Amino acid sequence: MTSDKAIDVRDLVVGFGPRTVLNRVTFDVRRGEVFGFVGGSGSGKSVLLRTIIGLIPRRSGAIEVLGTRLDSATREQRRGIERRWGVLFQQGALFSSLTVLQNVQFPMIEYLDLPQRLMDEMAAVKLDMVGLGKADHNKMPSELSGGMTKRVALARALALDPELVFLDEPTSGLDPISAGDFDALIKTLQETLGLTVFMITHDLESLHAICDRVGALADGRVVAEGTIESMLDCDHPWVRSYFRGRRATALSSRFANTEA
Amino acid sequence: MTQPTLTARPGPEGIELTAAGAWTVEHAGNLDGLIDRTVRASPSGQPLSIDMKSVTALDTYGAWLIERLVRAREEGHGAAHVDGLPERYRALYDEIRTTEREGPAGPPPGASLVGYVTRLGRATAGLFRELTDFAQMLGAIVMSLARAVANPRSFRFTPTMSHLDRVGWQAVPIMLLITFLIGAIIAQQGFFHFRKFGADAYVVDMVGILVLREIGVLIIAIMMAGRSGSAYTAELGSMKMREEIDALRTMGRDPVDVLILPRIVALVIALPILTFMGSMAALYGGGLVAWLYAGMSPAIYIERLREAISLTHFQVGMIKAPFMALVIGVVACAQGLAVKGSAESLGRETTASVVKSIFLVIVLDGLFAVFFASVDM
Repeated sequence: MTSDKAIDVRDLVVGFGPRTVLNRVTFDVRRGEVFGFVGGSGSGKSVLLRTIIGLIPRRSGAIEVLGTRLDSATREQRRGIERRWGVLFQQGALFSSLTVLQNVQFPMIEYLDLPQRLMDEMAAVKLDMVGLGKADHNKMPSELSGGMTKRVALARALALDPELVFLDEPTSGLDPISAGDFDALIKTLQETLGLTVFMITHDLESLHAICDRVGALADGRVVAEGTIESMLDCDHPWVRSYFRGRRATALSSRFANTEA
Repeated sequence: MTQPTLTARPGPEGIELTAAGAWTVEHAGNLDGLIDRTVRASPSGQPLSIDMKSVTALDTYGAWLIERLVRAREEGHGAAHVDGLPERYRALYDEIRTTEREGPAGPPPGASLVGYVTRLGRATAGLFRELTDFAQMLGAIVMSLARAVANPRSFRFTPTMSHLDRVGWQAVPIMLLITFLIGAIIAQQGFFHFRKFGADAYVVDMVGILVLREIGVLIIAIMMAGRSGSAYTAELGSMKMREEIDALRTMGRDPVDVLILPRIVALVIALPILTFMGSMAALYGGGLVAWLYAGMSPAIYIERLREAISLTHFQVGMIKAPFMALVIGVVACAQGLAVKGSAESLGRETTASVVKSIFLVIVLDGLFAVFFASVDM
């Protein structure tokens, strides 16, 4: 429990049929940091996330989350860990037959014994934090735009004030202002609640703005891990073109200017 | 994690509340009651100060509960303020203070009388809408068929064949098995009960006429509604949910031409063929029972059958088959396109598709009975 690592992945191998997607992936996420994961489309980032949270079986290697090895954990332990993390899926994965408010309340109903009034209020607070007002509470997921779906999904992921949140491309499909707000929100929560954030993203702006450390996945392995500045010195070709491409240099010079 | 506490004592400037322990989600249920009790026990109208110095942990739940207390006090014309909040929780508390100024939305209208009347009105309007949906779908299919006849190259032959394979060819074993068993059961029951008054010979008449006119086509149509109609609804419904149908439309292709006409044509071709095969299987099952159970030799069974049934009986059954296929197909496709975004709606429409098409098949059978009686068939 006293381990300062929220996620510890060692020599993880994952594959489907003859294809090996992740080949001896090793990295760790420290408690209280925002860890961003980048990689080309189809490089296995989502597979990595789904393996860590136990949706995809691994071939070999060890995964430790919040100090517990999930594969050897009992049902009770596992449930305890699941209660302490929140997951934001790429497509939101809202329950389509529940309203927005009910979606956010779902984990509260499952794990806590709270009066209905407090659950209503807390769900409203969480939705307000992600920028959704009363008018949206009784909407069904099919009536939401892509950005709103993301927000509701984040509110649901944060419903139980988890210690660790997994975000699969949280800002993709959002307009730049909303994406910036989203980043700021994640940063605020991380600072105030001591949240650990494991985030998959393509958004260079998020990487610059809120990630403490970054990992880069290419060819099925972690080719670079460290602060965003250290990424610029990495000479793996994919990492180079990602962080030193035209869009990236424009951004980093802007960030350098604002910081100076 | 220490249990949270909240103690009240009167001070020089009103009531002083002292909070301690972990004000977190694990204790939120307790805290809710604790705050209510403490506040009720202290006289209203006096200013309230909440000392947060000894709070060891705070999350959004704890912060909200404090904020709720402060707001309730302010609404009741009393002052309330929070003291000594540890610096690391300041940002969180400030964040919570800005949220939820309007209160949660009430639950959707439900159990009231107005709710019932609203639902009744909606259901009635829905019934008419379904009727028009059905008519529209039928019209769209006829138009699409007309376009296909006018320009045969626009007809989608390959998907039609693929659907024919699924709803026709792959259905053959189960259809044969079921009709065979039904034929055998009718024959067995007939022999068992007719024997009491020596009417064994007429069992063959009963089996022949019943199977060819009614049972063969009905059983096959009901099986088709359950097996293929439900599949059509689920396929079209999930395509609708994933916006595939909208995509098709924006590419200038009418979904009726591309998705629906091939399915209906496949069904209309398959159902009569399966009806024929099913009727033969039922007659075979009846014959087998007559031979093994009642001791009637196959030669006599066939001879009796030849006397009892005519081409008319066979025609009556076969004429009904394509119309039943059309009804099943139209209902299934109309329900499929009625699917809204949720998984629940997909399930509801699929159920409705099967129930409605079976109901309509039986109604249609009744109408045909009236029709054939009046034309002496």
